[in-house]
Amino acid sequence: MSSSTNSPTHHTSTIGAIGAPSRRNTELALLVFAVAIPVFAYANVGLAISDQVPSGLLSYGLGLGLLAGVAHLAVRKFAPYADPLLLPLATLLNGLGLVVIWRLDQSKLLQSLPNFVTAAPRQLLYTALGIALFVVVLIFLKDHRVLQRYTYISMFSALVLLILPLVPGLGANIYGAKIWINIPGLGSLQPGEFAKIVLAVFFAGYLMVKRDALALASRRFMGLYLPRGRDLGPILVVWAISILILVFETDLGTSLLFFGMFVIMLYVATERTSWIVFGLLMSAAGAVGVASFEPHIQTRVQAWLNPMREYELSRQITHDGILHSDQLQQALWAFGSGGTLGSGWGQGHSDLIRFAANSDFVLATFGEELGLAGIMAILLIYGLIVERGVRTALAARDPFGKLLAIGLSGAFALQVFVVAGGVMGLIPLTGMTMPFLAYGGSSVLANWALIGILIRISDTARRPAPAPVSSPDAEMTQVVRPS
Amino acid sequence: MNKPLRRIAIFCGLLVLTLLLRDNYLQYVRADSLKDDPKNRRVTIARYATPRGDIIVGGDPITGSTETSKSGLNDLKYKRTYKNGPMWAPVTGYASQAFGATQLESLEDGILTGNDDRLFFRKTLDMITGKEQQGGNVVTTLNAAAQKAAFDGLRKRGGKGAVVALEPSTGKILALASYPSYDPSSFAGNTNDDAAAWKKLQKKYNPNDPMLNRALRETYPPGSTFKVVTAAAALENGKYTSADQRTDSPLPWVMPGTSTELKNEGNIPCENATMRVALQFSCNTVFGKIGSDLGNDKMLEEAKKFGFDSEQFTPVRATASVFSDDMNQSQTALSSIGQYNTAATPLQMAMVASAVANDGKLMKPYMVDELQSSNLDPVAKTEPEELSRPLSPKNAQILQDMMQTVVEKGTGTNARINGVKVGGKTGTAQHGVENSENPYAWFISYAKLPDGSSPVAVAVVIEDESANRDDISGGGLAAPIAKNVMEAVVNAKK
Repeated sequence: MSSSTNSPTHHTSTIGAIGAPSRRNTELALLVFAVAIPVFAYANVGLAISDQVPSGLLSYGLGLGLLAGVAHLAVRKFAPYADPLLLPLATLLNGLGLVVIWRLDQSKLLQSLPNFVTAAPRQLLYTALGIALFVVVLIFLKDHRVLQRYTYISMFSALVLLILPLVPGLGANIYGAKIWINIPGLGSLQPGEFAKIVLAVFFAGYLMVKRDALALASRRFMGLYLPRGRDLGPILVVWAISILILVFETDLGTSLLFFGMFVIMLYVATERTSWIVFGLLMSAAGAVGVASFEPHIQTRVQAWLNPMREYELSRQITHDGILHSDQLQQALWAFGSGGTLGSGWGQGHSDLIRFAANSDFVLATFGEELGLAGIMAILLIYGLIVERGVRTALAARDPFGKLLAIGLSGAFALQVFVVAGGVMGLIPLTGMTMPFLAYGGSSVLANWALIGILIRISDTARRPAPAPVSSPDAEMTQVVRPS
Repeated sequence: MNKPLRRIAIFCGLLVLTLLLRDNYLQYVRADSLKDDPKNRRVTIARYATPRGDIIVGGDPITGSTETSKSGLNDLKYKRTYKNGPMWAPVTGYASQAFGATQLESLEDGILTGNDDRLFFRKTLDMITGKEQQGGNVVTTLNAAAQKAAFDGLRKRGGKGAVVALEPSTGKILALASYPSYDPSSFAGNTNDDAAAWKKLQKKYNPNDPMLNRALRETYPPGSTFKVVTAAAALENGKYTSADQRTDSPLPWVMPGTSTELKNEGNIPCENATMRVALQFSCNTVFGKIGSDLGNDKMLEEAKKFGFDSEQFTPVRATASVFSDDMNQSQTALSSIGQYNTAATPLQMAMVASAVANDGKLMKPYMVDELQSSNLDPVAKTEPEELSRPLSPKNAQILQDMMQTVVEKGTGTNARINGVKVGGKTGTAQHGVENSENPYAWFISYAKLPDGSSPVAVAVVIEDESANRDDISGGGLAAPIAKNVMEAVVNAKK
């Protein structure tokens, strides 16, 4: 029994014939590049800044190589048929992120800021932890469908994660957005990053069960299939949660991300375009409604519409009680000054962005030092990760896997869009970080876990001919067999 | 489920495409305007990242560059220094780490920092050979001795004033002084001292406004010096054809359309005087009537040929001098003796003297002779350029003759120089409500060497609040400074 005869939905170009090559060697070859490119970049930064190859080059190169090697071996052992591109792409982005974070550590301007920490060694530690988490996911999550069992536990954990930053004494308000929690001795954590994955699990499990009810029981009105009132429940609840996040944590990005992810998954599960229309209307209404009374959001919108004015205001004493920031204008100048080819590693002045130059605004440094060419390459790498995720969803054999894969990839794409769009002045700025590039433990850990899950689903999807014994269909057949 | 999945895939693709388009807009379409935005700190960082090129006068730099102290967070490596800053400030402008750059320092910033596209080859070569990027030099047309004579003269006078000297045959600016002045070194850095020095120089805190470049940016009523333009208009329009032809000038003369007599200063022989005599004694009635007879249009046409009503770019911008175009006869009469709305920059009046001295040909004034790369290779050279011909050579000679009479035996005897023919014209312009304020003392002149060439034309204006009103006359206050400036140039020629 081959996968293509098993069910017509499985027939896609990514699944070859039976006995498809595992592509592990392709992955290894790509990984060599994914490690070598950041190592060269690292050497380049050192030469540009202090005319010498950085002393840590060997340990850095070996460290990154070792981590990539461990990840590769884990994939080889535990997910041999996984997509060969995901791991190298994530490694490359993570490595380049480390280089830029190290480069910004060398800035005297940033060193003079009160909250300065030497970020690169920490980020390397987070990367190690992230890859450890990746390996753990591969070892313990033998089959992604196991997650289906935890649908409602996921919902509960997601809510807890989202509420945590609001708990007094635990939450930390950093520059207006309350999306961090302080863990004594460990530093701060952004629970939203993990909530992204847990919510995707919940949505996938929930929608898999309810999709037929949501899709079929509807009335047609003006060319749209309107859902029944009681089926509106879930989307209303998720919408309400997003709005609450927006109001209480004043984080437009996370709110948009969760709601967007839910709408995407709802659409995929039900194949009803009306959900998209509803989703867009509701998110527009929610965003406008909240923006009309929440000063933090208004400031962000103002800064987006007129970054130069905000820059001027940040340079004078204002009495409007709002913290004006020149970051966006500084980021725009960084991008513009980079031009087509950039100033070269280590030769830009993106440290003028000051606060969050290595996290939320990390893309501006790439923009200035690698130019238009570099940013386009990075955006395409992100695009490729999303594309591999969507392919995994297409190839997955089970609806839960499909929904989970598209939910995670869609959320990843939305996050890249919201952050990059914000930093480039396309949409208002939000408090999220570029996956893998930006400094931050939560982000690195969560995204490695995300890649781990995608690799697991893709392994299941690309695995040739599942053993008949493990097929639920076969077991059912046995049950009805007359004795 | 695969159909919606494919649509979501397209949607994600569109998200990435949108980002790509935005990035192209930001880093390609808008790149240059963002990169060169003066508020973009990188512009300042680049300006002071390498030793700045120098502004050069007569082979010697009048600027320099020192390394900024490494203490603290200063991201600017070098700081501008100036030699004899107050004297040269009207030429150089300033380049301050904290307060930006003006005039030559700003206009030629690309050459001085070495970032100009014309230095691309040099820059690339330096980059390949690992040498620090070096700025190019700006070689000016100025004459150090003339500038010193001009500035010292103004300083000794002590009031406010300006001097401009031109080389009539080319339009080269030889001296450009303004007083009171400022030392651009005093606020070249970005320390608290620099900020305090800067604040003290602002008009708000210093009524003398030392940072105003009076030679190029301030207009004064030119008074009687404008009679040279009126005389030129009379000759060019054929109203009178020689210096010694009697004019039709009744005394007293009532301005047309009014019952007001136009007065002369004192009891001078102005009735039907020749233009030579009228210029020698500075007769208001004669030149007022000439202007009134010629009319607004013809006077305006001649004034425009001398450069009035347009900004000059030397390349530092000079304010446009004014001769109005909507006056009745009596207003034209007043304007023709340099009163009413007429207002001129010192540069403008130097251009008038220069055009007369250059046999009627007005050359475009300029102060940048050459731009050089850091290894002194020429990058660009300014060629003299004719601006207009306000006078025919014959009429120019008649006017020269008249102006020389002024210096030989008229109001301008203070400007006489041994062995050199000097032509000039004094002026005392009234200003303020009911002429309540101190008049401006003007003197414009040129020197002619025995071989017939004219190496220098000068305009001097003094606004002296401390002097007695009667004492102020162009001949008394301004002519000695003009003489010293001319002598400095003439002596250098010998």
